[in-house]
Order: sequence, then C-alpha cells, then structure tokens
Amino acid sequence: MRNPHINDGGFEPTSPAAEPQNTAVASSAVASPTQDGVRPFTGAGNTSAVAPAGVHVAMGAALVSCPPPHYLQPLLKTPFHNRARALSQRDSFIAWAGYTTVDVFTNVEHEYFAIRNATTLYDLTPMVKYRIAGPSAQAYLNHLVTRDISKLKVGRVAYCVWCNDAGHLIDDGTVFRLGEDEYRLCTAERQLDWLLSSAIGFNRLIVEEVTEQIAALAMQGPTSYAVLAAAGLVGVERLKPFEIGTFELGSLEVSLMVSRTGFTGDLGYELWMNPAHAERVWDLLMAAGHTRGIRPIGSQALNIARIEAGFLQPNVDFVSSAHTVMMGRDRSPLQLGLEWLVDFDKPYFTGRRALVEEKRRGSTRRLVGLDVEGNKPAHNALLYADRAGRKEIGSVTSATWSPTCKRNIALAMIDAPHFAMGGTVWADIYLNRELVWERRMVRARVVERPFFAPDRRKATPPGNY
Amino acid sequence: MVAASGSSRYDCVVVGGGHNGLVCAAYLARGGRSVLVLEAADEVGGAAVTREFTPGFRVSACAHLMHSMSDAMIRDLRLEDHGLKFSARQMPTVALSADGGSVSLAPASILTSASPLKSGATVDDAAAYPRYAALLNRLGLALRPMLDAVPPRLGTDAWADKRALLQLGWQIRRLGRQDMRELLRIGGMNVYDLLKEHFESPLLQGALGFDAVLGSNFGPRSPGSVFTLLYRLASSQDTSGAPLSQPQGGLGALSRSLAAAAVAAGAEVRTNAAVQRITVHNHRASGVQLTSGETITANTVISNVDPQATFLRLLGPEYLDAGFTRRVSHLRTRGLTAKLHLALDGLPRFTGLPMEASGGRFLIAPSLDYLERAFNHSKYGEFSTAPALEITVPTVNDPTLAPAGKHVLSAVVQYAPHTLKTGWENRRQQFTDIIVDTIEHYSPGLSKSILLAQLLTPADIEREFRITGGHWHHAELALDQFFMMRPVPGAAQYQTPVDGLYLCGAGCHPGGGVMGTAGRNAARQVLGQVA
Repeated sequence: MRNPHINDGGFEPTSPAAEPQNTAVASSAVASPTQDGVRPFTGAGNTSAVAPAGVHVAMGAALVSCPPPHYLQPLLKTPFHNRARALSQRDSFIAWAGYTTVDVFTNVEHEYFAIRNATTLYDLTPMVKYRIAGPSAQAYLNHLVTRDISKLKVGRVAYCVWCNDAGHLIDDGTVFRLGEDEYRLCTAERQLDWLLSSAIGFNRLIVEEVTEQIAALAMQGPTSYAVLAAAGLVGVERLKPFEIGTFELGSLEVSLMVSRTGFTGDLGYELWMNPAHAERVWDLLMAAGHTRGIRPIGSQALNIARIEAGFLQPNVDFVSSAHTVMMGRDRSPLQLGLEWLVDFDKPYFTGRRALVEEKRRGSTRRLVGLDVEGNKPAHNALLYADRAGRKEIGSVTSATWSPTCKRNIALAMIDAPHFAMGGTVWADIYLNRELVWERRMVRARVVERPFFAPDRRKATPPGNY
Repeated sequence: MVAASGSSRYDCVVVGGGHNGLVCAAYLARGGRSVLVLEAADEVGGAAVTREFTPGFRVSACAHLMHSMSDAMIRDLRLEDHGLKFSARQMPTVALSADGGSVSLAPASILTSASPLKSGATVDDAAAYPRYAALLNRLGLALRPMLDAVPPRLGTDAWADKRALLQLGWQIRRLGRQDMRELLRIGGMNVYDLLKEHFESPLLQGALGFDAVLGSNFGPRSPGSVFTLLYRLASSQDTSGAPLSQPQGGLGALSRSLAAAAVAAGAEVRTNAAVQRITVHNHRASGVQLTSGETITANTVISNVDPQATFLRLLGPEYLDAGFTRRVSHLRTRGLTAKLHLALDGLPRFTGLPMEASGGRFLIAPSLDYLERAFNHSKYGEFSTAPALEITVPTVNDPTLAPAGKHVLSAVVQYAPHTLKTGWENRRQQFTDIIVDTIEHYSPGLSKSILLAQLLTPADIEREFRITGGHWHHAELALDQFFMMRPVPGAAQYQTPVDGLYLCGAGCHPGGGVMGTAGRNAARQVLGQVA
C-alpha cells in the first residue's frame, strides 16, 4: 500500500487506536513525492518490478498470482548498486535493512585511510527514513525522542535516541528539520509500529516511510569539502556541522540536499537525492574527487572510523529494547553514556519517568571507552576487576586497533562502580595464532570518548585540503 | 474555600459523580481530605440515575437493579440514614418460556412449572440444582476477597504485593482439594459446556447461562464465560443472600444517598460542572479545568471517568509513555447491551405466572442455543433478531415511578452492537419492534398497552452517560482485563503513571455493576491506607 499514515481527524474517543493509522502497512513502494504534504492514495498493490516468479494460489475458481513472501524475495539493490558492483574487487556484499550493500570494495585498510586522509563515498540508501510532517509533528517528535526537538531549527539536524516506557533504548538516529512542520527521521531499523503507537492522540500528523524514495551517500574525509566545491556546490563551505543546505548542480540539472553530518567523526557530508539522479551524482563526485583520492568504501572501514569517533552501533553496542527477550539485556541512554541527549527539563517524553528514577538511583552499568594495552583488539572480551579474573564486571562491545590514534581502543559495558573514569579493568583477550588459541589478560584503562576528534570536523569554513 | 482569584483549591478533586466517585469522595472526606466532586450532568449518579423518560414515567435509566453493593458498605456509609430505602429485596429471578412454563431461581432451590406439559426443569435438574448452586456459591465466596482487594503488582519486591498474592493463593487453597480442582477446571471454560454437564432442561440452562453473558461481549460458548459467571456470583456475595434489590425511587435514589453521605462527611458535590482537562504541572496532576474555563487546583485528582477518556481525552497522551497509551487505546470498551424502557397503560402479565409475581426479574433466554444465536449477529455488527432480555417492572414494587395505574417496563437487551454495521440512525425503530415482539411472545397483549418506548443503544449510553464505548463496566470484564491487568498494567492499583492522578471508576478492579468497591479502594490508596 502506498498510503501514508495520516492522523487527520478529530480525536475519536471510542476508537483511539483504530483506523486509519494502525491498519496500514509500511509504505514501501516508490511513490512520487509531492509538495503539498499529502500523498495521493493510488490503491496500487505491492507490485514489485523485481519480483521473481510469483506464487499461484487458487481462490475459488480463479487462479490468483501473488508476489512471493518478503522472506523469499532477493535483497533490494540501491540506486548506486551498478556503480558499486563495477568497482567492487572483492565482490563482498552484505545485507543491510533489506538491501545488498558493500562490505569491502578492495581492502579495508585502504578504505579506512581514505576516510582519514582523503575522501570516501559510502552508500547510505538502506538507512531507514521516515517522513514526519504536519502541525503536530514537532510535539510528536518531542514526545518520541529524549532531546528537546523544539530547539531544533529549520535546516538543522539532531542526533537523537528514543526509548520504551521503561526508559530503554529502542533505537538511535538523526532528526532532520526540513521545514516548519516537515521532519525526516533516519533510523537503523524499521519501526513503523512504534512510531504509529507513539502517534496515538497526535492529530494531523503524517508518519510515512520514505526509504526507497531517497538515495543517500555519505561523503566523509578531510578532502570532502574540496571535492564538493570542485563538483560545483557553490556555498557549501558555509554549512556548519549539523546544518542542511540545498544545492543546484547546474551541470546535471539536479538538486542535491546536503547535510554536514556523518558517522566518522571527521569532516564530512551526507548527500540526499532523488534515486533517478543517483548515478549521475556518483559519477560527478568520482570525477571531481579524482585528484583528491576519492574512493568508495564498505561497512568494515566505516566501522573502524565510527569506533574511533565513539559512535554506537545498534545491535553491536546495544540491542534495541524492541528485540531483547531476557530481562536486563536492554539499555538506557544513561547506561550508554548518552545522558547529554536526555532533556529532563522539556515536556514529557516516553521513558522519562523511568529515566528520572534511574538517574535518582544511579545506573548499574555504563558504556565507556577503553584504552587497552598492547595491539591486539579486545574483540568480545570479558572484563574483570582483577588480573586473576575472579570478578567479572562487563564485556567489550566494539574493539579495534585505531590506526590513526595508534591506540588499541574499545567500547565496553561495565558494571558499577568499575566504570569510573580513569579506572583500571582487565580484558580477557583470546588470540587465534595459526589455529593455536592464546589467552591474554590485558590491563585496560577507562577513558573518555571519542578517541579521535580532529578540529577539522568542526571548522567552518572547512579546510581546503 | 474559594480563593479571591476565582480558582479554588482542594486536597482531592473527583472527576465524575458516578456511584464510585461518590463512594470515593465519601471515604476521602472521612479520611480528613477536602474533597470536591465534579459531575458533568445536572444530577449525580452517572449510570445509576432515575430519569423521567416521558412525562410522569420515571425509570432507572441505565443500571436498574442492585446486586453487588455489599451490606458492609451500605452500613459503613450509613446510606439508609441518608435516604436509601429498598422497595424490593431478594427479588426472585424467573426464566420464562413462550409456552407458559417457567423456572424460578432461588439461592438453594428452584421452583418450576407445575404442569409437565410446559417447559421447565426436570426432576433431575431440581435435584442437581442445589449441588450446583452450593458449589458456585463456595467458589464465589472464595473469590470475593479478591474483588475487595487492591490488586498486587507483579515483579516488585514490596511486601504488600507478595502478601496479597499469597492471600489470593491461600483463599483458593482453602477451598479444599476437590473445589480447588473444580475451580481450576471450570475457570477457563465456557458456560455452555459447564451447564450441559449439570442440567438437561434448556430453560434452566438458558437462565443460568444468561448471568454469565449479561452486560458482556460474550455468548455462552465464548471462552471465559464461566469466569464472568463466577465474577457475578462473587460480586453478589456479602449481600445477605439478597442479591437482587430495587431502591425506592430507582437507582438514582442510591446515588442521592451516596452524595448525601459524601456531603455529610464534608465533601462538596457540584453538578453541571463538566471537566475539560486534567491539568498537569511539573509532570504532576495539578487539578482540572472545567468547560466553563474555571480552574480548580488539587493535590490529587481522582477520575471516575472511564480509563480511555481519562487518559486520552482529559489528560492527553503527551503526558504518558507511548506503550502505556497503546495499552489504554487497545482496551475493549464497546458495549453490547441496550436498554429498553416502556411506559405502559397497565400491568403487563406474563403467561403462566400469577399477577403477584410481576415484581421479580424475568429472563427471556429460553435456551443456551437461543442465547448463542442472539450473540451470533453481534459478531458481524448486527443486532439480535431474537434478543435475550432481563426484564423488570419496577412500578410493581415502587408505584411512585409512574402515574396511578400505569406501569414502567425496564429491559436490559442482549445483544446490540455499539457500532452497528448499518449505523443506528434508521434501525432504532426496527430493533425496538423486535424487542417488543419478543416480549409479546411471553406477555401477550403487551404491545397494545405501550404508551411510549425508549431505546438506549450502547451508542446512546456512551453519549447519555459519558462512557466511552457505552460499556457498563467501562471496559470489558474478561480474564485479560481483570485484577492486576485492569484497566491496564501500570494503572491497576488505582494510581496512574502520572503522580497525583488516580482512577476510581468501573474501568478499575473490580469493575462496575453498582458495587462501589473501586471507589472505596481508590480512596484507600489515596489515603495511603493500603499496607
């Protein structure tokens, strides 16, 4: 179905959860965006151009052809897929939110160093995108996320988290304010169910998934500004961190939305465009960046950069409370070190009551940075209070050798009181050396995140490297 | 206590002057709190009111019998000193058959049609009935303390919660091996199968099954219909074996006595004072704003209004967690029970019954299959073409309700969907005719004596009595919406997630039915009297 979820009526006391907002399924077909805030309901079914041989179901006398169920359909291809396929030496693709995307193009090290020394293109299209619009969009978002969205100005982006009633994280993501009553929420996972539950009682609100309607590229690295300027984005140097601008690419007759955001902790931008323009924009950027070392990257290189930047990866550093099964496996923003995102002074938001209580009692565990001795990444290491390993106090969620910092870094969830800054913990690291396993108990120090935060990421105008 | 600014301040404001709100106010005032009750209508009582439905004829406009308010509460609030009188107590229940047969139910025995040619109960049924009644009575007695208790919370370390759970277990354990096993066996059954085990007469089965589905969205074959029967039996315990009674002047007289008891204890009661919003200050309920614009501040706001309207309309989801709001919005609140009032030129006669028997409660539910067929239509948004009825002629016991020689017939009608597939607008007369025709079968000549008929569909009940969905329990009484889950987890102990806001209505444990227990329990919670 293509109809967005629109709460437009007056509040109906007898059926507050009923139609229309909860009966529709996620809008997933490509629809042509319109500017009036309401998309026409075409009534078209979930027809897919790439659907393989359908399933035939006898219904009465007629034989009806149905598309195969979603779990039998191949992964979707992003609008950049053909370009990525052509440049992929390793043919290393992974599934991400229903799409196939590149894990490694050529070699992780080369790709990583391009992030820190040149510029890179990373296909962000699978990032789940929701359009949230209407007169109550701001109140709705402010009730959804823990930050004060009323302070977000038009043309700005905010990193946010949102919680369930128990104050446990459902997901993190970015909120773009595109207009007075027009927002975009970018998330790691699909969560229309939660977004619609949260919409109960908010009238004149549109919540609509637009993932397939927008192609997105992350362009990250110190030379990213210079490449964008060379590509003809006039005035892009004025964009401050977390600011959004729209640029006309006269040479392509293409309009490009650019936000100065990213997942690398470096100078960088994210580019949002009509999927029909995706290949032309890719080609333009690759050509413009030729002399500045541009190269496409896959998820593995990005992962190293994001750990250096101290950013959390859903399902790696925390598991969404929408998915945890066992008690105590979900995480609050306070536990994840994200209290700077929780505004207790703004109007009520989901999870506030529980977070006030957690703040009062103190968190029982906390995600912190670790500086680990030696150069062996502490992947999945259990952490102990003592070298003898008698008292287990937590575990590593993400670990890497940081090539830029020349430090062995990790993110770890540690029980109270051992998460105190500057404290020492012991990491139990297992090393596979030609199929011979070795175990090292290694000292690690609790340190501040991020591990790498160069001034160039914030400089405006940015450096013309 | 009116302040110079035009806004006033109380310890407690009770939103809604239904019977539970008034009971709550009376106990709060006795506890030393300054209390204001705000009722939107021009009289107190909510769904327990007496109204003139045509000049000279008055009727209990929604609830029309009392069967579950405990004697202890009536004594405790000294309601008889405050004007409560009964025009009838220990009213018999008589199941009617179209051929003139009948079964009359009493707590320990049944009386049936004298003529073996007419429908009634068999000799075996008469022998089985006392055993059945005694069993259900024992189970009802064991469950009664559960109705009186504030439900415990699950998964806490609080001693009070653990003790309450242990007490509940102990009550059931005390039943002894045989009864406990029977309770566990039948607790989740449907009443159709249960009654088929015990009895062979369709008329007796229909009569006993009727109480399991009365006021619910159940047919006798719906899972959980034994639970609703046990609930009704439990709620009728501690009423000195006089489960059915009729207050002099109708149910409105009960509400007036409750209001008088509250006022005598120091509470103020205002009518024509509709609340627009429950106000929140600094994440805490701070009072109410009336539709007139007047604001009243209070330390504690207690809502007698149904949970959906309280949370989603008066408070607003912006003050609640989204998961909680979703649970509230998923409450099943739609009523399936209509009410018919007839103004009659003379006393209706029921075939085969003596004139003096007209003061009882009559059931038209001649078999379980009849009930189930009546229920079938409702599943598809249609009303019953042969409805099941609970009929009283209140003017037999209380002639003050109608002009001399005239009578009022009051019938509870199963089943009438809140949201009729075709809409109610053009179908009211048709349904009224169906109900009248149904009664006519059992009371020939009735239709000729009708001066006026008034039908209240659940949609009318929703509007008239300000109950979302028009369900007389505010929310369906079923296992999944009972006790610690009523109305929803997070608000089942009368205290809501919003500090200073409590619930006290039928949507809370233990439900409606003019019991008053929800109001009393809520007051105990506000007063901190629950250990």
